[in-house]
Amino acid sequence: MALSLTKEFTKGLWAEIPPFRLVLGLCPALAVTKSLENGIGMGIALTFVLVCSNLFISLLRNIIPSKVRIACFIVVVATFVTIVELLMQAYAYELFLTLGIFIPLIVVNCIPLGRAEAFAYKNGPLSSIADGLGLGIGYGFSLSALASIREILGNGTLTVWGGIPAFSMGPDFLPFKFLLTAPGAFVGLGLMLCLMNLIGKK
Amino acid sequence: MREMINMIVVLTVLTTFSGGLLAAVKSKTEVQIENQVLKFQKAPAIKGIFPETTNDPLAERFIVKGDNIELQVFPGRLSDGSKAVAFETKGSGFGGPVGLMVGIRLDTDSIVDVRVTTHSETPGIGSRAKENLSFVSQFSGKKLDTNFSVKADGGAIDAMSGATVTSKAVSLAATQAKEIYQKLKPEIVKQME
Repeated sequence: MALSLTKEFTKGLWAEIPPFRLVLGLCPALAVTKSLENGIGMGIALTFVLVCSNLFISLLRNIIPSKVRIACFIVVVATFVTIVELLMQAYAYELFLTLGIFIPLIVVNCIPLGRAEAFAYKNGPLSSIADGLGLGIGYGFSLSALASIREILGNGTLTVWGGIPAFSMGPDFLPFKFLLTAPGAFVGLGLMLCLMNLIGKK
Repeated sequence: MREMINMIVVLTVLTTFSGGLLAAVKSKTEVQIENQVLKFQKAPAIKGIFPETTNDPLAERFIVKGDNIELQVFPGRLSDGSKAVAFETKGSGFGGPVGLMVGIRLDTDSIVDVRVTTHSETPGIGSRAKENLSFVSQFSGKKLDTNFSVKADGGAIDAMSGATVTSKAVSLAATQAKEIYQKLKPEIVKQME
């Protein structure tokens, strides 16, 4: 039991890590990864939504009729997304200002809906929580990694929290501004995907 | 038939529960969100409108009640001794309401300055109304009897190129501010004494 839970958790960290292996949730992955702060914030928001929606759907899986299951999933996911949005406005307003539109868009992001359909609807609550937690953290890590690369090379700094750079490339560093634009995000993501496939092959 | 009823019941119960939960979270976070908006949106806007005041406009804010409106007013005592007020109005923009903080001098009935507060306009296009002050600075010093519409509508304001809807939203908010001020001025003056 414990072993299978660990398996459900760790698969989200590598074997099914969302933006790279499942290639899901790319819209926010490309748009908000201009700084590490945003990447972490988005990861936390998605993890919360994923864990809560997986838990609820898994608990209700015997009650929800299969013909209206998608509608039910959307209601559950949308409820938690709105809660995250309200909480973020109340306690992390600056983060809310930068993540803006991408928080409500989690509803139509394929990760929570996909996990609800593919996993939580068929499995028990504990393994669903493990699955949600693993994928959410995996997503957060991927966004943070991509955001770190883009922020260090594109802006020459690395900001963890509160707008104060924790790391700087120094005044002589010429920022590679291209990486901060949307095409730069695609290139960054593509290179990381490439690297992951290269490592995965061995 | 049974299946049909089952589906309807499940969906109804689920959406009712969801609505209840959201209402509960909303009412719990409402005060905190208002404080955050005050701190991160209204305070910088007021600081921009009244860079130097001899009082604290945020701490001395008061509510003015008119015919079916309640207005939150931030009083400012300018360095030359004259009195001014700032309050927020909304115009509808491209992505939803655009909030505009308008500062008005009580003695000359002219605009001190305006600043955009909360908005959900397109980044880089409509959002310039907030980031780039050259558009909103057109309002500063204008008398309240000016027509605040954009030039295409016969007014005195140059719209931002590429962001007509946002420009019109700001103009509309300024016009509303004018109307509200004219209606509530006696009450505001009384409370400022």
